[in-house]
Amino acid sequence: MKQPLARSGDFWSGLALAALGTYIVLQARAWDYKTEEGPGPGFFPLWYGSFMVVLSLLLVAGAVLKRPADDGGPAWPDVRRAMVCWVAFVVSIVLMDFVGFIPAFAALTWFMVTVMARQPQRVALPLAIGGAVGFWVLFSWALDVGLPAGRFFS
Amino acid sequence: MDVLHGLLQGFEVALTPMSLLMCTVGVVLGTIIGVLPGLGPPATIAMLLPLTFKLDPTGAMIMLAGIYYGAKYGGSTTSILLNVPGESASVITCLDGYAMARKGRAGPALGMAAIASFIAGTFGVLALMLVAPPLAKLSLAFSAPEYFALMVLGLTMVVLLAGESLTKALLAMIVGLWIAGMGTDLFTATSRFTFGQVELLGGIDFIIVAIGVFAVGEVIGNMEPEKPIEMVPVPKGFRNLLPTREDFRRCRFAFVNGSVVGFLIGILPGAGSTIASFMSYGIEKGFSKHPEEFGKGAIEGVAAPEGANNAETGGALVPLLTLGIPGSGTTAILLAALVLWGFKPGPLFIQESPQLFWGLVASMYIGNVLLLVLNLPLVAVFAQLLKVPGYAMFPLILGVSIIGVYSVSSSMFHLGLLCAFGLLGYLMRKLDYPSGPLVLGLVLGDPMEKALRQSLMMSGGEVSILFRPIPSVLLAIAVLLLLIPAFKKFNAVRVQVVDKEA
Repeated sequence: MKQPLARSGDFWSGLALAALGTYIVLQARAWDYKTEEGPGPGFFPLWYGSFMVVLSLLLVAGAVLKRPADDGGPAWPDVRRAMVCWVAFVVSIVLMDFVGFIPAFAALTWFMVTVMARQPQRVALPLAIGGAVGFWVLFSWALDVGLPAGRFFS
Repeated sequence: MDVLHGLLQGFEVALTPMSLLMCTVGVVLGTIIGVLPGLGPPATIAMLLPLTFKLDPTGAMIMLAGIYYGAKYGGSTTSILLNVPGESASVITCLDGYAMARKGRAGPALGMAAIASFIAGTFGVLALMLVAPPLAKLSLAFSAPEYFALMVLGLTMVVLLAGESLTKALLAMIVGLWIAGMGTDLFTATSRFTFGQVELLGGIDFIIVAIGVFAVGEVIGNMEPEKPIEMVPVPKGFRNLLPTREDFRRCRFAFVNGSVVGFLIGILPGAGSTIASFMSYGIEKGFSKHPEEFGKGAIEGVAAPEGANNAETGGALVPLLTLGIPGSGTTAILLAALVLWGFKPGPLFIQESPQLFWGLVASMYIGNVLLLVLNLPLVAVFAQLLKVPGYAMFPLILGVSIIGVYSVSSSMFHLGLLCAFGLLGYLMRKLDYPSGPLVLGLVLGDPMEKALRQSLMMSGGEVSILFRPIPSVLLAIAVLLLLIPAFKKFNAVRVQVVDKEA
């Protein structure tokens, strides 16, 4: 049985890249292709944008015409884990904007150790607090590298 | 004489306490990340690059290069003890290295890997020192059209060997070109692809993309449940790590093979240390009187690939330093580092920055000695790193990534971009898009566009300027390479090479 098109990564990524290529071409057309001195700002993007559209459509066509055997699709639990980790990372960056590096990074570490790796609090808490403080000591205090301070504390 | 004078000058730089410290830090860090599967040199160098801005550039470059070649020493440890390569360049070492370990000869396998790496790594530096200056002089004749053609050829080779799907590799490269094109056009001051964001007027810093795609993407991709490791123990005692006289006799040809093949493959953009190690292994087996022993614990099967992947470093630095053309993700990051520090890698680099060039060369001699000294007695200590659980390591990588990006611009907007590029890196892995062409497109995008536009300005818009002898030959080779997938027989060879890389 062939892989359904809806589960084909090539199909969807090809469509997304075709859209990006079209955007690049449309933008490039709004800029000068040629100026008095020579090629303008639209020259290079127009060429690679067009090339991108052609290649991505080839990828889409390949996905439609040469559908591989159905392998059950991606391992969704693994993808979910990865996405949870990414969301946690994004949330920690948002938090950092408000509370600064140390609490936000400690929270991220705690989440990764406790929730994702299912380790007990006696492992998670020292890692979270020790890691955040360790970073502050090494970078901010010893190397004089600025860390996000957070709106509440700046 | 020039070379000897330069080398002496280089040792003056490399033997200062600061340079020695940076070299030691670099090779130790390199060995550690080589031992740890998952975290590679591009991610580490990208993460640490922003933190080197306050350092002296020569010392910083010595450290980053130490990470690059040190990782190749460390990569063999996991291949031999665990049957898991720490680096893609050490994949082939698993075959005979692990077989030797299972037969109770883990010590000589580890010892021979370190010794072969030392011999070939030193050969690579020697060859770099001899080849780079004349090549730089030769390339002085290059102007914009030649550079444009050279960059096209470099990108083509990287794309050709980057993944099974040439289409995906090309698309990844174009995304890199697009990101490189964001910001203000230097010729006309037009804002391009800035989405109305003031922060994007200066373009997207290379570091953000590199750290996002390599480091953050790597961590997210490694969030799968961990499998318990079964490691062959490292023999106790220094003597048990030393290969026998018979082992050395058997590896005579492997040392030469690994050194020469590794260096030559290193010069070619895109080929890289993995292909160098596979090729030298194939040659070793092909010329061996006992080919049937390969895969079952032949010590030459450890010496040849381990030598080749270390000699490759010297080769890879030749086009980087003399032409300003990187051949891989790691050398692209090193190129970005040099540019950020205000250097111009290219034909005049050795003349304009002799301290950096010769200091780096001399430090690589020292670094190779340090690695041999460190790796033989301390291999058991490095092997213990494999017991560090992922849940302790991954937050640290994310922390260094955040600090690295924030230290460049102190901008929360850039940390937002880091999140986006981390997701891009993960998606690229999941969907089999190679990250090498993206990074190379990003690094070469600006100079390539500049060279093309300058060429056309020189000729008053006539494309014929690209058909001067040197550019036309280079462009013809690039076109021929891109046609390879159209021929089934040639494409089969390409796919085989790519599979080995994967």
